Amino acid sequence: MQVTSPVRDPLVTGGKTYKDVTNDIARHVEGKPTVGWLLGLAVSLGALLIGSLALVATLWEGIGMWGLNKTVGWAWDITNFVWWVGIGHAGTLISAVLLLFRQKWRTSINRAAEAMTIFAVICAALFPLIHMGRPWVGAIWALPLPNTYGSLWVNFNSPLLWDVFAISTYFSVSLVFWYIGLIPDFATIRDRATGMRKTIYGALSFGWDGAAKTWMHYESVSLILAGLATPLVLSVHTIVSFDFATSVIPGWHTTIFPPYFVAGAIFSGFAMVLTLMIVTRKVFKLEDYITIGHIELMNIVIIITGSIVGIAYITEFFMAWYSGVAAEQYAFVNRMFGPYWWAYWSMMTCNVISPQLFWFKKIRTSIVATFILSLVVNIGMWFERFVIIVTSLHRDYLPSSWVMFYPTITDVGVYLFTFGFFFTAFLLFAKFFPVINMAEVKAVLKSSSEKKIN
Amino acid sequence: MERDKHFILGIFDDEDILLNAVKEIRDTGIRIHEVFSPYPVHGLDEELGYKRSRLPIAAFLFGVLGTTLALTMQFYMMKIDWTIIIGGKDFAAFPDFIPVTFELTVLLAAFGMVGVFMISSNLKPWAQPRIFDLRSTDDKHVMAIDIATNASVDLEKIKDALKSSGATEVNSKSFD
Repeated sequence: MQVTSPVRDPLVTGGKTYKDVTNDIARHVEGKPTVGWLLGLAVSLGALLIGSLALVATLWEGIGMWGLNKTVGWAWDITNFVWWVGIGHAGTLISAVLLLFRQKWRTSINRAAEAMTIFAVICAALFPLIHMGRPWVGAIWALPLPNTYGSLWVNFNSPLLWDVFAISTYFSVSLVFWYIGLIPDFATIRDRATGMRKTIYGALSFGWDGAAKTWMHYESVSLILAGLATPLVLSVHTIVSFDFATSVIPGWHTTIFPPYFVAGAIFSGFAMVLTLMIVTRKVFKLEDYITIGHIELMNIVIIITGSIVGIAYITEFFMAWYSGVAAEQYAFVNRMFGPYWWAYWSMMTCNVISPQLFWFKKIRTSIVATFILSLVVNIGMWFERFVIIVTSLHRDYLPSSWVMFYPTITDVGVYLFTFGFFFTAFLLFAKFFPVINMAEVKAVLKSSSEKKIN
Repeated sequence: MERDKHFILGIFDDEDILLNAVKEIRDTGIRIHEVFSPYPVHGLDEELGYKRSRLPIAAFLFGVLGTTLALTMQFYMMKIDWTIIIGGKDFAAFPDFIPVTFELTVLLAAFGMVGVFMISSNLKPWAQPRIFDLRSTDDKHVMAIDIATNASVDLEKIKDALKSSGATEVNSKSFD
């Protein structure tokens, strides 16, 4: 007999029992890797290897390998940095903000989204790290360590330094949050395993036994971590936007940046979660856990954040005109009709127009359409950062310094390296870690799934 | 009989039956050692009579420590130890110190609380947990009753109480 809640659609379909949840999710950890997975890993490792040539070239020869010039001193590197950090935001939003709002649908996707956060933040952190030129001595420049210059401390008035603290705190807190959630699931795998696997997952599970008292503390820790991670995630992209907003470059010098960047981050992050989850649910046959309902809800978040981003674009233009500052007005007209018009219009089409298609229920419940649009959004969000950074810089204060920026093969290669790293790490995670939070899914199973009663 | 060695286990399939059973068994005067579940069961800690977790207090105290350390560090470095004029700002430019202070508050609160949780719940990579029933991390709730602490209650009475409150199986388990 099937019993479904009359009010809400079920979160888990297919009449799963607790046992089924364990079997369906632990199966991938225990079984042999599939051909699809091995192919994916081969492609990702290939990208990682080819990209690492560019990384080595950058470290060996220096930043001169990039296409930067005297006028455009920041280009692909910081575009990629902001893009990857933004992608990371969806993971924390799903696991922390939706936990505080008691959104139970997060349980099927939070694990993978948090993994995505961690890998994306590593990719992001690579860019400022290698842009220092000599990252092995960078610790002295970036951290408040005693030194022999005086002691000349780091500049606590600089948003770039705030970024060091924000990104490293964000990374480490996300990692801890993610790992705490993994512990009970590692214990489940440990208790099904024998031999070597039992030893490895036994160590990973930290001796978890599922006692009611431990669960009580665990729930308390999760709630507090969610409460801490929520303002943290907002602060991270706020501080990233300060890198630009506190400068005096026309097009950057605007107070709208923090909320605008945070909305954009969530927007691109959800798009990346959709890209990954649509593939993952297919490859690992998890359609009963990551349902069309989940995809639709994520698409609704995309409409909302995409519309906020659209309004922010329009507001920027209005403010440029209304401020009466000629330099500011020129910067925005130049974005639209200057030499980088194509980047601007790509951004507008991908970020403002395309997500509006999700107003149609047919499109937001279609997997193919969602997959294509999720890629479009990510391309659009990359262009957004490129437009903000490069078009604002390439018209310097003196017209004699006006130049164009052309990326070199090394710029492309380092970006490729981060893709290789991201997908390699995600594939390894999806194979060796439980890709869905089993304990949390079981906890919502009784109240919100199609149930078999004998 | 020694304490903490020999147990009667009641296996439960359903969280609501379990919650009811915990109440019933505690009402008969039998003391429950612990309940092991594959997922957090809401209200179980209250039924078992556990006091609320005090980990949020630990988080708060570590957070206060983080705030204090961050502000002290920044004021010391920028105002006392080595002053530099940066954009004509005050040496102790308090608003500029807020972002780093916030981040360090969150960092210490999170790591401090998790550290206390790990230590107090004995979670460490080399820990060897006592597993009462392997299914307790899969699909069953396992209620463990220490025979020695309930020496005054007849063994059969404990088993009957478990069965009548809805346990699908009643087993016994001993550790060396």
